Amino acid sequence: MHHLRFRQPGDIAEALKLWAEDNEAAYVSGGHTLLPTMKQGLAQPPVLIDLTRIPDLRHITAEHGRISIGAATLHADVAASDTVQRQIPALAGLAGSIGDRHVRNRGTVGGSLANDDPAADYPAAVLGLGATVVTDRREIAADDFFKGLYETALEPGEIVTRVVFPVPEIAAYAKFRHPASRYSIAGVFIARTGKHVRVAVTGAGARGVFRPKNIESALSADFRADALAGITVDPATLLEDLSATAEYRAHLIMVMARRAMTNLGTTQTYK
Amino acid sequence: MTIVSMKVNGAPVSRDVEDGTLLAFFLREHLGLTGTHIGCDTTQCGCCVVHVDGRSVKSCTMLALQAQGCSITTIEGIGEGDRLHPVQQAFHESHALQCGYCTPGMVMAAVNLIDTHKEPLTEEIVRQEMEGNLCRCTGYHNIVKAILSAAEKRAESRDSARV
Repeated sequence: MHHLRFRQPGDIAEALKLWAEDNEAAYVSGGHTLLPTMKQGLAQPPVLIDLTRIPDLRHITAEHGRISIGAATLHADVAASDTVQRQIPALAGLAGSIGDRHVRNRGTVGGSLANDDPAADYPAAVLGLGATVVTDRREIAADDFFKGLYETALEPGEIVTRVVFPVPEIAAYAKFRHPASRYSIAGVFIARTGKHVRVAVTGAGARGVFRPKNIESALSADFRADALAGITVDPATLLEDLSATAEYRAHLIMVMARRAMTNLGTTQTYK
Repeated sequence: MTIVSMKVNGAPVSRDVEDGTLLAFFLREHLGLTGTHIGCDTTQCGCCVVHVDGRSVKSCTMLALQAQGCSITTIEGIGEGDRLHPVQQAFHESHALQCGYCTPGMVMAAVNLIDTHKEPLTEEIVRQEMEGNLCRCTGYHNIVKAILSAAEKRAESRDSARV
């Protein structure tokens, strides 16, 4: 590991001050993307600012039909939360499907969102539920947050403090994982509130997480798996890599969408 | 350099470390606790699993300084003298290891799984929850058997304690 200084601020103001002192500093939370990247020499921040000891950043609170989850809340805690399991079981299931149990004991929702890996799970829930990302300086709607591969609306130095998820009537997540990395090759999150259906796809989009409008319209008109018959996703808009071609991903998205329709209202995510 | 202090296997320790020191290296090289193995060094294999404040984590992907003030348990801290921990005993009885390299991580993961899982463990749950630990020799079958047998013995001793 390169030479670095490690700082552990006790509140947001101190974290922002530390960042202002050195703009090449990196925030770290669970560190399960950043530390491996640093080991490979692909990132060499001179200062690491650990956000996990800031008490306000770790909470799960239900409030008026919404659930607020602190940015430094562990995947394991979201998965095990009675509140999340009861109100948005699909979100608890999604959190419990990330990586493996040791990874879930370190990884955080804020870290996942700020990193915006195109195969990460949380972006699907945030976009699919139409959540709001709250930072140290503003609130960002999910539709405005994700900008591309590893790219978000966050400004340099901006800190995600919490995510506010509206509780839908019913939701589901289904994903097809890479067997070794356990990242999604295609993951589909579906949420319905009233007649409004939102769908978000992760792991497959060439520009990261996205909302397939044709799937949304079909399910808004008829909220059954059968309504998906004949619908396709254009492979030209999808990722292609060693694990899957764009055509295969296009096929998997529809399989996962149908599977999600059978997982509605449960914590089931794959199998 | 920064002074890091934590509890390791019940004993308080303090050392001056480079800020970038990983917890796994801290345990092995600063404290000489070489039971924690480093297999892949890329957060995949689980050979380096230890408990941090009662949670199983991959110590190759955590800085020692991130464990400041925490309570750490390593494979050296679970038995009592020459007496094996019941999960170690179950691994021995079920022949759940061949080369043994992954075993410390497997055992630490299994101990945490048995201690924290709310519902009774089944083969399916064990296989799913142990997917963060890779073994290149055994084919996993005997590892799963050992964990189920240790979990069952623990449940039995709990039941008899209740009577």
